[in-house]
Amino acid sequence: MKKILSYLYAACLAVLAVSCTQEKKLPIYGDREAKITKDANGNEKIDTIYKTIPNFKFLNQDSIEITQDTFKDKIYVADFFFTSCSTICPIMHRNMKTLFDAYKDNNDIMFLSHTIDFKYDKPSVLKKYAQKLGVDVPQWQFVWGDKKDVYTLAEKDYLVAVQEDNAATDGYVHQGWLVLIDKHKRIRGAYDGTKPEEVEKLKNDMGILLAEK
Amino acid sequence: MKGKNIGFRKAIVYSLFIGSIAMAFHACQSAGEIEMAKYMSNGKDLYQARCQNCHGKDGEGLGELAPPLTDTIFLKSNKTKLACFIKNGVNEPMQVNGKIYQEKMPAFKDLHDIDIAQVIVYITNTFGNKQGMYTYEQVANDLKNCRK
Ligand code: HEC
Repeated sequence: MKKILSYLYAACLAVLAVSCTQEKKLPIYGDREAKITKDANGNEKIDTIYKTIPNFKFLNQDSIEITQDTFKDKIYVADFFFTSCSTICPIMHRNMKTLFDAYKDNNDIMFLSHTIDFKYDKPSVLKKYAQKLGVDVPQWQFVWGDKKDVYTLAEKDYLVAVQEDNAATDGYVHQGWLVLIDKHKRIRGAYDGTKPEEVEKLKNDMGILLAEK
Repeated sequence: MKGKNIGFRKAIVYSLFIGSIAMAFHACQSAGEIEMAKYMSNGKDLYQARCQNCHGKDGEGLGELAPPLTDTIFLKSNKTKLACFIKNGVNEPMQVNGKIYQEKMPAFKDLHDIDIAQVIVYITNTFGNKQGMYTYEQVANDLKNCRK
């Protein structure tokens, strides 16, 4: 009897071990299209083209122009905020800072915060904010750009709603998503930055994405 | 034998007397405690909804963007100003836990005196602070003396 039990136990362990080692893969978000190409022998094959974040040009907290080259071969977490936001932004950045602390000095990971307050949040204001949050290092870029550029990128590409709204507490409304982008500039996840449990999931997913070949 | 009996009765009377005083005292204390508990629990809800984003779950603050609420001496010596900070917002240099902070705290115009009293009781009796009761009458009084 004892023997049977221990066999069962071993079997259970084996099942668990297999299910654990099975590779988890994050989904790829956004529209996709099929592209038919021909290989060298003239055989047709179908490639799936995923939506990617297009190139951009913004000024960072040091007033230096940055583009997608800054994020080449990195995975990064992007969000939209503004420095005088007194509601969800402090929570988002408190939570994002725990990610930053977890992956500090990991060269494959970066953070990118876009301000949506194009009037007030000039690079010098972003610089002060980054210093006071305690994250003023190249690994976390804070960027400023024209309203049109930033708002279009937010809504069309990162799929985050942002808006100027004079009726709102601080003059803007926006969603608190933290968006995870892979090395091929594709969206691999969006997490509510105001909820610690979702941010915990993002931390975990960043590890999965890093391990992806 | 008789003498002993009287002594025994006396003891019972005394102990009943002392017991009832203690009970009355205890009842009073509980009324105060119940009031305090009500302030604490409403204050906690308010804190979580309106203040925690900046000041943190454990009153730890947020970098240099928002000061912690763990400096008991600061809170005690500025007790009469706290209602003004909350109702009208504040933007002046202040030294908390030995560090200078200056950022803008927004005004909470929509909070009533009772709300302000409750959230002040909560923060001054949590995060390592233990400063007891603070009533809405005190809030009304302190608000009259805010610097404009
Ligand atoms: C948008 C962020 C923000 C929110 C929300 C906020 N505060 Fe503050 N709080 C600050 C900042 C910034 C200061 C420092 C102000 C200064 O430097 O003049 C401060 C200062 C204080 C202080 C005095 C300094 C200290 O740390 O003891 C108290 C007390 C306080 N806040 C309580 C509250 C309470 C209660 C609420 C909720 C009703 C609240 N705060 C909501 C940002 C915030």
